[in-house]
Amino acid sequence: MADKDSATPSRIRIEKVSKSFGSVEAVRNASLTVNAGEVVLIIGPSGSGKSTLLRCVNRLETATSGEIYVDGDRVTDPQGNIRQIREEVGMVFQSFNLFPHLTALDNIALGPRKVKGLPREHCYEQARALLARVGLADKEKSYPDQLSGGQQQRVAIARALAMEPKVMLFDEPTSALDPEMIKEVLDVMLQLAREGMTMLVVSHEMGFARAAADLVVFMDNGEIIETGTPADVFDSPREERTKRFLDHIL
Amino acid sequence: MAAVDQPGTKPETRITVSDGALIPDRAEGSLLSAWRISFYGALGLVVLLPIISPHPYREIMRYLPDGILRTFQVTLISIFFALIIGLFTGLGRISRNILINRISTIYVEVIRGIPLLVQLFYIYFALGRFLSLDRLVAAILAMSVCYGAYMGEIFRAGIQAVPKGQMEAALAIGMSRSQALRLVILPQTARIILPPIGNEFIALLKDSSLVSIVAVSDLLRRGREYAATTFLYFEAYTMVALIYLVFTLFFSKLVAIMEERLNTHGR
Ligand SMILES: Nc1ncnc2c1ncn2[C@@H]1O[C@H](COP(=O)(O)OP(=O)(O)OP(=O)(O)O)[C@@H](O)[C@H]1O
Ligand SMILES: [Mg+2]
Repeated sequence: MADKDSATPSRIRIEKVSKSFGSVEAVRNASLTVNAGEVVLIIGPSGSGKSTLLRCVNRLETATSGEIYVDGDRVTDPQGNIRQIREEVGMVFQSFNLFPHLTALDNIALGPRKVKGLPREHCYEQARALLARVGLADKEKSYPDQLSGGQQQRVAIARALAMEPKVMLFDEPTSALDPEMIKEVLDVMLQLAREGMTMLVVSHEMGFARAAADLVVFMDNGEIIETGTPADVFDSPREERTKRFLDHIL
Repeated sequence: MAAVDQPGTKPETRITVSDGALIPDRAEGSLLSAWRISFYGALGLVVLLPIISPHPYREIMRYLPDGILRTFQVTLISIFFALIIGLFTGLGRISRNILINRISTIYVEVIRGIPLLVQLFYIYFALGRFLSLDRLVAAILAMSVCYGAYMGEIFRAGIQAVPKGQMEAALAIGMSRSQALRLVILPQTARIILPPIGNEFIALLKDSSLVSIVAVSDLLRRGREYAATTFLYFEAYTMVALIYLVFTLFFSKLVAIMEERLNTHGR
């Protein structure tokens, strides 16, 4: 790509990004860098622009202004090859969004087969390995509606990993789950973090944040208000708004 | 015509009145359900009348099968082309390309605003001045073009009924929009639109009787021919009506069972 820049180890670089929907300014002038192997957690009240910012990273939303780079490739380049960038950016959604007409195994193998054009056998072998990795080796032939929420989300994580992404985006991956299923998903995410995956996560799971996050970002009203280590932000927030929000959710 | 719920819009009250044949309600499985009475009544008459009263009913029954075959030929070929036209019209209606979008929308609006009979006359007689179409070809063309517009709306609604997250998940793993449509959206659309398409099939089967007006020898035309030579209008048209009824009720049942299966098995 034209504006490849390998001087920094940053995997995701968000520079002064704003995003408006009509008159609603969902994200304002946000800057954030996620380095290779880092886990960055975004917290903030509903409507503060967390999802929008995350979705700008793989251009499910197009930033109104500012620049975003993933591994040096410019996402915000309108002429750029966004599909190639998306292959390197895995995304996990709050509502799983598994393909309901395909089995768990086919859900995982679809991307490698059709997007990367890899040989069928190879894709299924890899898909089986990924299912085993998320603890669902026995669910190959299950369709999404035969799986619990936690199982579906683990398949969705495996589906994203099948593309061998360099970074993973998670948008509230556990907030649609029953409490007893949250842990199984967080365990998979923790494991992924330990293996060195670069992750940008929207979530309010404090336990996960303390265990895995290098950085916590607090957003409010479209702006990044405060950034710091989990201990800093949770135990001694600098900003009044952060304090109020934490009081509210803890 | 059959309607598919549009996502996003939630009208306060909504009544659904089918203009298709009586769709049996499986919950109401009583022996004396309206569907059973009508279906077995009609079937019984079609079988018994020629036995009880061979003259003229057996003769009529010998006369009609050619017409039945022609009716099914017109219906099946038309539904086939209507489905293809409908798929592209539906895709055109959701296209972000303004030109394609306008063309398909205009097609739908224009066709839906002109009665099928008028379209049939137009293609056979009016356009016949410039290109001489075989009457069977003209009939099938008119039915396909007309039903293609309605099918287009079914496809459009069916595509839009697939949750937005499906397209996003497909794009997020690097698919192109057309890959996402082909591999993720349309397979789900197919499941959603199967029942409404079944209803269109039934409606088309009935509307195919219009082609008798351009002298295609379908079921109705054959009945009319018989009546014209024997003056037995009552008997001939009674049999014709009963045969249409048996077929439409039979297919409505199939559609209902299909719908039921899709609802319970979900896949
Ligand atoms: N597609 C859209 N069209 C119009 N407005 C939108 C759209 N997506 C988001 N918004 C608006 O942008 C703002 C930020 O929304 P966003 O979904 O990013 O917030 P969030 O922090 O993820 O909230 P939540 O915690 O509820 O998921 C909100 O005011 C929302 O209404
Ligand atoms: Mg959100």
